[in-house]
Amino acid sequence: MIDFGYGLTPSSAIDLDKMDRTHFEILIRREPDVLKCMACGSCAASCTAGVYTTMNLRKGILLLSRGQEKSALEQFRSCMLCGKCQLVCPRGINTRNLILSILKTYSIQ
Amino acid sequence: MNNRNVVIIGGGPCGIEAAKTLAKLGHTAFLIEKEPHLGGHLAKWDRLFPYGQKADEVLNKITSGLENVKWFVDTQVTSINRIDKSYNVILGNGMSILADAVLLTTGFSLFPAEKKEEYGYGIYDRVITNADLEHYFAEGNDHRIQYPKKIGFVHCVGSRDEKAGNRQCSKVCCATAVKQACEIKEKFPNSTVYCFYMDLRMFGRNYEDMYLEAQKKYGIIFVRGRVSEVSEKQDGTLLIKAEDTLSGKPLRVSLDLLVLMAGMVQNSDTAKFAQMLSLNIPEDGFFQSKNYFTAPGVSSKKGVFYAGACTGPKTLPEAIAEGKSVALTIDEYLL
Ligand SMILES: Cc1cc2nc3c(=O)[nH]c(=O)nc-3n(C[C@H](O)[C@H](O)[C@H](O)COP(=O)(O)OP(=O)(O)OC[C@H]3O[C@@H](n4cnc5c(N)ncnc54)[C@H](O)[C@@H]3O)c2cc1C
Ligand code: SF4
Ligand code: SF4
Ligand code: SF4
Repeated sequence: MIDFGYGLTPSSAIDLDKMDRTHFEILIRREPDVLKCMACGSCAASCTAGVYTTMNLRKGILLLSRGQEKSALEQFRSCMLCGKCQLVCPRGINTRNLILSILKTYSIQ
Repeated sequence: MNNRNVVIIGGGPCGIEAAKTLAKLGHTAFLIEKEPHLGGHLAKWDRLFPYGQKADEVLNKITSGLENVKWFVDTQVTSINRIDKSYNVILGNGMSILADAVLLTTGFSLFPAEKKEEYGYGIYDRVITNADLEHYFAEGNDHRIQYPKKIGFVHCVGSRDEKAGNRQCSKVCCATAVKQACEIKEKFPNSTVYCFYMDLRMFGRNYEDMYLEAQKKYGIIFVRGRVSEVSEKQDGTLLIKAEDTLSGKPLRVSLDLLVLMAGMVQNSDTAKFAQMLSLNIPEDGFFQSKNYFTAPGVSSKKGVFYAGACTGPKTLPEAIAEGKSVALTIDEYLL
C-alpha cells in the first residue's frame, strides 16, 4: 500500500464517559487537598521548571482529574520539587506533597 | 406623626418588609399581591444559600407581624392616575385607594429556559431548571428525577447572553448551582455531579466556603466552559458538549439529569407600570433609581418608589434590607 503520510489522529477530545478515575481516586485518598485546586495558575506562574519545560501543575491536576493520564504525566519528570508553588498556592495546598503523591500513585520515577 | 396611605405593589420578601415597616412608622400600608399567596419567589425555594436554612422558616418569620398591614392577594392593579399630589390606585377587585406614595416591589421573573432551545428544556424529559429542582427538594417527587447517576448543572442560562437578550449576570445562580449540586450529591451519594460554568461568582460572605465544600466534601467536578449543545440519546440519556477551556480540549459526557440555572430577568409587568406612571426604563428592563448611590429606590416621579429585585438581580437579604430602607425614604418624603 502506498503511504501517503496520513494517519488517523487520535481524538484529542475528552470523553468523560470513558474516563478512568481509578488512579485519581487513589490520589484523592492520599492527598484529599487535590480537590481544592481552583485552577488559578499561581503554581505554574511561579514555577522555574515551567519556563523551560512543559511542567504546569495546574494543568497536570486538571488532566489527571479528567483521566487524561498520558498527557498529564510526562511533565512531572521536569519538576525539581523546589516547593515554590507551595509558597504561592492560595488554596493552601501542600503542592510538594501532592506532586510526590502523584509520582507515587502513577508510579513515576 | 401624620398618617398617610402608601400602596405597595408586589408581596414578595421586599414588599412585605417595606409594608411592615411603613405600618410601624404609623402609615396605612396597602400591600397588593397578584398571586394567591404572599412570599414571592421565596415561597418557591426549599433551602437557602449560603447556610442551607429552610425557606419556609424564613417566609414564616417575614410574614408574621402583618396585622397592621392591609394586604390583598389574588389582586391586580388596574390603573394608577395622578391626582394633584396623590395617586389614585384602582384595583381589580373594584377598590380604589388614594395613595400619597406608591412603592413598586414587583420583583423579577425567572428566565424562560425553553427559549434556549439548544438545551432542550421542555423537549427532553431529563432537562429541568433550578426552580424545578427546588420544587423537587421541597416536595420530594418529580417523574424526571429517577436515581440519576450522572448529573450536570449549566450556569448562566439566559444570563450573560446577548442571544437570549440578557447581557447581565443574574448574581444568585452560581451560589444556587453550587448549593443544589451539594444537595443532590447528598441525596444520591453515588452520583457524579458536574458544574459547567464560565466564571464562578461566589461574591458573598461564606459563599467561597460553599465552593470549597462542594469541591472537597462533595467532590463536585467543575468544568470551565459553556455547554454548547445537548442532545437526547435513544435510551433517554443526554449527550452534552462543551469545551474544557482550562485544558483547551472539547469535552463530551452523557448525563441522566441536566439542571439549567435560569437567570433573573425583568418581570414583564415592569413595562406595564412604567407606562402607567410614565417612568423611563433602560434597555435591560429593570427599574432604575434616580441615583445609584445617593437616591436608591427613588424614581423620577415624585411619590413613586421601587425596591428589591425589580431594580436588578438581588439576594434575599439585599431585597429585604432594601424593603426596610425604602420605607424610611418614603417616610421622609411624606413628612
Ligand atoms: C433559583 C433561585 C434561587 C434563589 N435562592 C436564593 C437563596 O438561596 N438565598 C438568597 O439570598 N436569595 C436567593 N434567590 C434570590 C431571591 O429569590 C430574591 O432575592 C427575592 O425573591 C427577591 O425578592 P423581591 O420581593 O424583590 O421579588 P420577588 O420574590 O420576585 O417578589 C415579587 C412579588 O411581586 C408580585 N408581583 C409581580 N407583579 C405584580 C403585579 N403586577 N401586581 C401585584 N403583584 C405583583 C409577585 O407575584 C411576587 O410575589 C434565589 C433566586 C433564584 C432565581
Ligand atoms: S515544586 Fe515543581 S511544580 Fe512546584 S514550582 Fe518547583 S518545579 Fe515547579
Ligand atoms: S496554585 Fe494551587 S489552586 Fe492555584 S492552580 Fe496551583 S494548585 Fe491549584
Ligand atoms: S451568578 Fe453565575 S450562573 Fe448566574 S449569571 Fe452570574 S456567572 Fe452566570
